[in-house]
Amino acid sequence: MIHSLFLINSSGDIFLEKHWKSVVSRSVCDYFFEAQERATEAENVPPVIPTPHHYLLSVYRHKIFFVAVIQTEVPPLFVIEFLHRVVDTFQDYFGVCSEPVIKDNVVVVYEVLEEMLDNGFPLATESNILKELIKPPTILRTVVNTITGSTNVGDQLPTGQLSVVPWRRTGVKYTNNEAYFDVIEEIDAIIDKSGSTITAEIQGVIDACVKLTGMPDLTLSFMNPRLLDDVSFHPCVRFKRWESERILSFIPPDGNFRLLSYHVSAQNLVAIPVYVKHNISFRDSSSLGRFEITVGPKQTMGKAIEGVIVTSQMPKGVLNMSLTPSQGVHTFDPVTKMLSWDVGKINPQKLPSLKGTMSLQAGASKPDENPTINLQFKIQQLAISGLKVNRLDMYGEKYKPFKGIKYMTKAGKFQVRT
Amino acid sequence: MTDSKYFTTTKKGEIFELKAELNSDKKEKKKEAVKKVIASMTVGKDVSALFPDVVNCMQTDNLELKKLVYLYLMNYAKSQPDMAIMAVNTFVKDCEDPNPLIRALAVRTMGCIRVDKITEYLCEPLRKCLKDEDPYVRKTAAVCVAKLHDINAQLVEDQGFLDTLKDLISDSNPMVVANAVAALSEIAESHPSSNLLDLNPQSINKLLTALNECTEWGQIFILDCLANYTPKDDREAQSICERVTPRLSHANSAVVLSAVKVLMKFMEMLSKDLDYYSTLLKKLAPPLVTLLSAEPELQYVALRNINLIVQKRPEILKHEMKVFFVKYNDPIYVKLEKLDIMIRLASQANIAQVLAELKEYATEVDVDFVRKAVRAIGRCAIKVEQSAERCVSTLLDLIQTKVNYVVQEAIVVIKDIFRKYPNKYESVIATLCENLDSLDEPEARAAMIWIVGEYAERIDNADELLESFLEGFHDESTQVQLQLLTAIVKLFLKKPTETQELVQQVLSLATQDSDNPDLRDRGYIYWRLLSTDPVAAKEVVLAEKPLISEETDLIEPTLLDELICYIGTLASVYHKPPSAFVEGGRGVVHKSLPPRTASSESTESPEAAPTGAPSAEQADVIPPQGDLLGDLLNLDLGPPVSGPPLATTSVQMGPVDLLGGGLDSLMGDESEGITGTNFTAPPAAVPATLGAPMGSGLNDLFDLNSGVGSLSGSYVAPKAVWLPAMKAKGLEISGTFTRQVGSITMDLQLTNKALQAMTDFAIQFNRNSFGLAPAAPLQVHAPLSPNQTVEISLPLSSVGSVMKMEPLNNLQVAVKNNIDVFYFSTLYSLHILFVEDGKMDRQMFLATWKDIPNENEAQFQIRDCPLNSEAVSTKLQSSNIFTVARRTVEGQDMLYQSLKLTNGIWVLAELRVQPGNPSLTLSLKCRAPEVSQHVHQAYETILKN
Repeated sequence: MIHSLFLINSSGDIFLEKHWKSVVSRSVCDYFFEAQERATEAENVPPVIPTPHHYLLSVYRHKIFFVAVIQTEVPPLFVIEFLHRVVDTFQDYFGVCSEPVIKDNVVVVYEVLEEMLDNGFPLATESNILKELIKPPTILRTVVNTITGSTNVGDQLPTGQLSVVPWRRTGVKYTNNEAYFDVIEEIDAIIDKSGSTITAEIQGVIDACVKLTGMPDLTLSFMNPRLLDDVSFHPCVRFKRWESERILSFIPPDGNFRLLSYHVSAQNLVAIPVYVKHNISFRDSSSLGRFEITVGPKQTMGKAIEGVIVTSQMPKGVLNMSLTPSQGVHTFDPVTKMLSWDVGKINPQKLPSLKGTMSLQAGASKPDENPTINLQFKIQQLAISGLKVNRLDMYGEKYKPFKGIKYMTKAGKFQVRT
Repeated sequence: MTDSKYFTTTKKGEIFELKAELNSDKKEKKKEAVKKVIASMTVGKDVSALFPDVVNCMQTDNLELKKLVYLYLMNYAKSQPDMAIMAVNTFVKDCEDPNPLIRALAVRTMGCIRVDKITEYLCEPLRKCLKDEDPYVRKTAAVCVAKLHDINAQLVEDQGFLDTLKDLISDSNPMVVANAVAALSEIAESHPSSNLLDLNPQSINKLLTALNECTEWGQIFILDCLANYTPKDDREAQSICERVTPRLSHANSAVVLSAVKVLMKFMEMLSKDLDYYSTLLKKLAPPLVTLLSAEPELQYVALRNINLIVQKRPEILKHEMKVFFVKYNDPIYVKLEKLDIMIRLASQANIAQVLAELKEYATEVDVDFVRKAVRAIGRCAIKVEQSAERCVSTLLDLIQTKVNYVVQEAIVVIKDIFRKYPNKYESVIATLCENLDSLDEPEARAAMIWIVGEYAERIDNADELLESFLEGFHDESTQVQLQLLTAIVKLFLKKPTETQELVQQVLSLATQDSDNPDLRDRGYIYWRLLSTDPVAAKEVVLAEKPLISEETDLIEPTLLDELICYIGTLASVYHKPPSAFVEGGRGVVHKSLPPRTASSESTESPEAAPTGAPSAEQADVIPPQGDLLGDLLNLDLGPPVSGPPLATTSVQMGPVDLLGGGLDSLMGDESEGITGTNFTAPPAAVPATLGAPMGSGLNDLFDLNSGVGSLSGSYVAPKAVWLPAMKAKGLEISGTFTRQVGSITMDLQLTNKALQAMTDFAIQFNRNSFGLAPAAPLQVHAPLSPNQTVEISLPLSSVGSVMKMEPLNNLQVAVKNNIDVFYFSTLYSLHILFVEDGKMDRQMFLATWKDIPNENEAQFQIRDCPLNSEAVSTKLQSSNIFTVARRTVEGQDMLYQSLKLTNGIWVLAELRVQPGNPSLTLSLKCRAPEVSQHVHQAYETILKN
């Protein structure tokens, strides 16, 4: 099981260590540093590193490496999932997960980690249970604690811990009962030079914020449940009911949670809401290159495309770029060769474009690789897969809750090759 | 007010300051001080000096303070065992606390204090907590047993905690069940032999029920535990699969992968004709695809596992090629894995898309990735014949880019394409030659030299090209040197007139100026060949090469099957069995896929091949890698090569091994690099005769004075019933094996216990460890009427196909008659395989004994054998175990014996006989230690009858 955890910042300092079994010397991290040195970028550090006596499994999030040390055969996904859970918990507790914040709350962090694992076995990883055991720090509580001498450690056994619905605590009370659901879809796509789609898929999630009194039992049904053939559910969803009736039936956790995530695969036809016209040319002889890109809407079902950001990693040979955008602002970092253009909203009448020249290293041959264009965008009130919620019903409680559904489509890993 | 204040130091010295604060009267100050101590601890500062002061703070009602002190104790108790005893009382008291949270906390913390003295006090509270009324306490206590076991295993066993833990598997609370399973699994890992998790249908049912209700982590433990179970039949397997499939929709990827493991393993037992089988296949694809949209670290582990799954069951993901397309900002470790899987999934249907992608990748920035992409294009060409032409032209385009490493990789793969499709794409050689100068990596240079040598007749200036390489001969790597030597010899054989000087030069460079024995030996062999018989040299050096197979880097099937059982573990990430890397090999149990249940309609099993066919089937397929032969002979098997049927004589190849490397090189089969002791070694010219082992000439060299095998024949076991009439619709078969004057026979007794006559008998064996096969058809002349019995002697040969069986001496037999086909398996005693010329020369014996590494030695006791050494020796001799020498040391007789198996494996034995003591001590040494225990059994059988 998980032996120890080290938190390492990007400059290679271990700023926190926690051991759940015997203490493992931090020199074990030297193997990690070696791997880190070999990988050119932090993202490229391999997640599984063998050392003579231990294995190091790491995740890299928020510019921090979370390195778990294991000694025996443990499922690596189990460890990696757990590490991600640690990050999520920190974020949940402190709002952000960063080195200064962790250092500021080091005792709470330590207490939380101790509650999450026992001897390397996961103990309490649901954030609502953890929060009952170790209360998250708030300014008010800190002040109160100092005055009254009370603590932020709960002395009651969390109620949800052992019930059949471990994700929900009992005795929840709200004056305003509300349940909001966000259907968020991300398009992952690769578009080739000529503008045709090589692969496109949709990663969708339904995130919920449910603040309902008592023990409500909800059902959520869809207009077109056939779209959902590849789904992962929150443990609260009754799988049998879904199998037989294609209805989501569940007792929700209290607060924010991810109800389900789904995947619309590359085999289905995925609508691509934007296109990019590009003309990037390097000439062999001259030290100038031409650069021109235009972004326009494609299949948007009449909705506006907002928050468009175009980024591209230019080849090493490009020294500088002199460009003029028709709207938005652009930057080019001559060191990292990163071009970034914050377009904003696309006006279909007047398509945004970015034109100009690139100055190349004099005398060098033209770059071998073509830059890939990365696109970010948002479309409100649209689920691009066409998924629609039919209705939401509540049983088990008498009051009438306020219900809301929101749709949104975003670019995930949306790449255009040139 | 943040915790960072705890890090500020004062001038006076931190420890001193803290000590004062810890001993302060004010509660609040104490707590702050403990927090400071903890904060220092988290960053790795040594605050163990404060131990007594912190422990003093332990007796408090403040839960937070208590927890903080506990945290401190866990870290430092080991360094201050005597002081830690002070804490015991508080723990014991807390274990009785009315608040379950405190009881659980106390028992949990106590388990973490790794001090022997404390563990004694822990037993009583732990026993109580394991039976606590509150499930939260029980589940914490379950884990505590695992902790305690880690510290003092004996104590846990003596106190009976293991039984209590087993009882918890039937607990009413699913969380307790999950933790009990987890604890037992961890304990079982350090005791591979102990049968802790004794799974039976009832306990499986309990686990499956708990599976639905426990937390995600618990589900992982339970699924991993389920994967170790072997269902008794396909129906049970199916019902477990049905109950596990919902886990595929879990949000936690570790749960998904563990579920995939269970399904992949149990699927093996399901018949492929079943509807459910295809439903299951369909259900497996989406969750695997979904894993690829997770964080990159998860993707990496998933991809490594998908790599295995795709090799085992390519049908699952064959339509999902696109999800493996690489995004430019994927981390490099994900990119490389995706590429691997793309090639495995490449087929005629999707090759155009794949090629377009690969070409795109070949222009990326990352060098490793680009190299692999180029290589992948070559592999596509080899795998999908229809695409070869397009691949070659793509590679040529890439060569035109003149990017150094791209060109080199392209040339390496083009060499393989030439070998796969001879005489098809040689027109590109001219283009390749243009890039000769830019090659600076040995592999690319060697490939280019191979191409020049192989096609010397089509390249006008081949001699000049090779000569240019020769100039810096001594600076080249061995790989290039060997290749250059062979290429120039080839050139000479093709164009003898112009190149005599060149060949002289290279031969003298290789034989006189080189320190490398491989190079020298190869040089000498060529030299002699060329000087004695140039025609033969031509036949040998320019012989037709075996084609290279489609997929060169498949994991061998036995390993793959084992790895499938380890899906989701570290083993699956490294593609190595745990025994290869788990420290000290502790707790490693070999896992294997369950056999498909042999229901009568299954036409899948290998035995079901048409049984009437001539039974002395020749081995015309090279046995898969990793089969027994490979293991036993310790041959360095190259990638599977589908060549001419050279391996017919594989079974007798043992002694030829010595020459393997050399002959191989002569064959010009260079693709495997330098010293490839390739399996296809013996020249095709050697006839594969059945009776006489082909290595006999060489054998004679080794045992010139081999004693005349005794003619009296070896021990014959009484006949045993192999196939009861109940299982074979009235046909009862009993039999035994005998060895007489050099031949093995299977004596069968067939009894018809049915009401109708039986006719049309035929017999066939499944491939087995020693290649036993019927040497003649099964002759039953008249129909076998009811209640009649016939006795038949079936001669056997040992040159059949070879496949490692478990156990080694297992033989699976299919017998057919007019009613049906029946299968049974039997074990044979190894002594039937001891050949008559198994006497080793004394010197040889000594040398071999020393040569075999000591870890191959196995020692056994043979009890209740009141024979003297004389009698023992005679008895064994009649079964072809020969006494080479005898020595008397301190009243004990030491017999040194040798024997040889039909496949040429020698086993050396030292037998210690003590007059008056009925026990004999047997030490066996063999290059293939697997056979030792079976040889021991043979000894027992022979001596006791």
